[in-house]
Amino acid sequence: MITYIIRRLLLVPVLLFGVTLVIFFMLQFLSPADRAALYIRDIPKNPNQIEGTIRRYGLDKPLPTQYWKWLVGIEDPNHPGVILGGVLRGQLGFSRTMAQPVAEAIAQRFPATAELALWSYLPIIGIGVWLGMQAAINHNKFIDQLARVFSIIGYSFPVFVFGLLVLMLFYAKLHWLMPGRVSDWVTGEIINGTFPIHTKLITLDALLNGRFDVFLDAVRHLILPIITLSYISWAQFLRITRASMLESLGQDYMTTAKAKGVSRRDQINKHALPNALIPVATIAGFTVVGLLGGVIITETIFTYPGIGSAAARAAAQLDVVTVLGFALFNGTILIIANVIVDVLYAVIDPRVRLS
Amino acid sequence: MSTKFTPVFDTPVTALTKESEEKLKLMRADVIAIRKIGRMERFLGTDNYRIVKMLISTPTSIAGMILLAFFVLVAVFAPVIMPPIPNTNAYMMPRDGFSPVPKAPGTDWERTPIPLPFWYTALTGKETMTHVMGTTSEQYDIMYGVIWGTRTALKTGIIIEICVLIIGIIVGTVSAYYGGWVDNLIMRITDIFLTLPFLLAALILAAVLMPKLGGRSTLPVVIALVVFGWMGYARLLRGDILSVRERDYVLSARVIGMSDSRIMFKHIIPNAIFPTIVQASMDVGSYVLNFAGLSFLGIGAEVGYSDWGQMLSFARDWITNLADYWYIVIYPGMVLVLFVLAWNLVGDAVRDIMDPRMRNKRA
Repeated sequence: MITYIIRRLLLVPVLLFGVTLVIFFMLQFLSPADRAALYIRDIPKNPNQIEGTIRRYGLDKPLPTQYWKWLVGIEDPNHPGVILGGVLRGQLGFSRTMAQPVAEAIAQRFPATAELALWSYLPIIGIGVWLGMQAAINHNKFIDQLARVFSIIGYSFPVFVFGLLVLMLFYAKLHWLMPGRVSDWVTGEIINGTFPIHTKLITLDALLNGRFDVFLDAVRHLILPIITLSYISWAQFLRITRASMLESLGQDYMTTAKAKGVSRRDQINKHALPNALIPVATIAGFTVVGLLGGVIITETIFTYPGIGSAAARAAAQLDVVTVLGFALFNGTILIIANVIVDVLYAVIDPRVRLS
Repeated sequence: MSTKFTPVFDTPVTALTKESEEKLKLMRADVIAIRKIGRMERFLGTDNYRIVKMLISTPTSIAGMILLAFFVLVAVFAPVIMPPIPNTNAYMMPRDGFSPVPKAPGTDWERTPIPLPFWYTALTGKETMTHVMGTTSEQYDIMYGVIWGTRTALKTGIIIEICVLIIGIIVGTVSAYYGGWVDNLIMRITDIFLTLPFLLAALILAAVLMPKLGGRSTLPVVIALVVFGWMGYARLLRGDILSVRERDYVLSARVIGMSDSRIMFKHIIPNAIFPTIVQASMDVGSYVLNFAGLSFLGIGAEVGYSDWGQMLSFARDWITNLADYWYIVIYPGMVLVLFVLAWNLVGDAVRDIMDPRMRNKRA
């Protein structure tokens, strides 16, 4: 198992290198002047500044030179020892649409996305696995057919259609739930300082401050995006759990358990389920990937101020530098998440653990 | 030396005992159980034939195919169902003014309407054209967009499918054929492409390509979806080639001295490629979904192009009033859902059929 984990960890730099390479090549479609935005900290005031940046960063030099400079940055000719730019140092460029450095924008907006993703993750796995289990236990009965229909329809519903429909019903019609992150009065309190921020996750802060009115408000804003973000994953988990549960129910050890006189409940919970959950664990890792990708459309529909909606807006206005910064950030998170999942997988699955 | 023929039985068998009669019956039954191999089966190969046969006998996939046939008919007869205004680009939705307020279904046209379609008077009893499904917030006719959007969806979906399939087949074949470090390198590159967040990556590429390709159009989005869409097929085909390579007929081809490339292209690829093709055909729904998703985000065809995703994006202007302007979400949204559902119904059956655990179970 140790060699497996080491091999897996060694792959991380390779993947990261590949991702930067792909993103760098996409940058090459931009003109040097557009690429200058990677290095200029403010909205440029005169064209000479752009020219200077192009020359200084070698944006008209051969690709390998450019790539290296893009990765590690260059030394400021006026202030020796000060290094400018450099993706590896977190300098992702200046965002035109948000009028601030990309790294700063990510730092500001990521907590909102993280809050949404964290709140979505547990319900996704819990509900999906439970539905799949019920479908497998009642194989070919009514519940199973219902689950199958639900999963096909779930797969077929585009996120943005579903999001617009729930907005239409629960916001425009019933006024129960709303888009955005918090109501105006909460924003006011945050600006005034009467609601201190500790973790940047509003729901957690509300609990820490003992403010249940704020907590309730944040939850009312979160419910719709959470459901919109989760229903496709429910369908996916349902399908996977059902298939692997059916397989594990048909194994010989189930017959053994039944012959021993183990109760039906223990048969399922102690013998079938743990084995059925192994493939589910793999998908659980990919779900992190899916969530971070899915937030783009979901956040846009619900005008939720996370990194997804910002990336979408930047892309629509052809602000490529910003989107690339987001992609690099997301890609890094995904690679790390995948490694964690793979390692956990090795720990869970005896076949990998003992090999 | 001559051998004298001696019959095994002295007397001809005229009557069988009851026991042997039963045995003979069973033997005949065995002989009959060996299936007749039809022309179609010989053409497609046993495994592939099974896939096709199950596709046209599973109820869900039949339902999906009927729905698909309906969409194809709508796409083909779009100029008859919703005739375009003469001398304009038929794919552009006709615009009836510039007001941001959507018009309800059944409102009359203020400007020159599209020519009366054949079904109109018979179904509605009216002599002048109305906005049958209302208009979007920029006064684009919804019904026109829904009908012609079917064409856009099928067109883009199939183009993406073909391109993705070509890349996937080339990459998968090269990877499996050369093996060794080439295979390793290609599979790592595939990994890298799979690592990038799909929608975000496609979003960037489309946004970067757009200025190069002359502004908003379907082309950059199609390219972006192709560039980040081939990986699954390359992997699938590579795996299938590796498994087909171990079959006996490949061994026998090698024994008779066929060259490696001839074995590859004459025996292995034709036998391994079918599942990949079927899989890709069934994924057209998800290409259309992703295409619509990017259009919804504002990266896609030019404004006013008949495209479901873009029509839905108009609804974003009226989030607070969606209860009144339900038709700008419901009509394009439901058509998109039905379209994707149709492909998924067929695709769901395909997944079941191709699942190795299901093999030999239902066929």
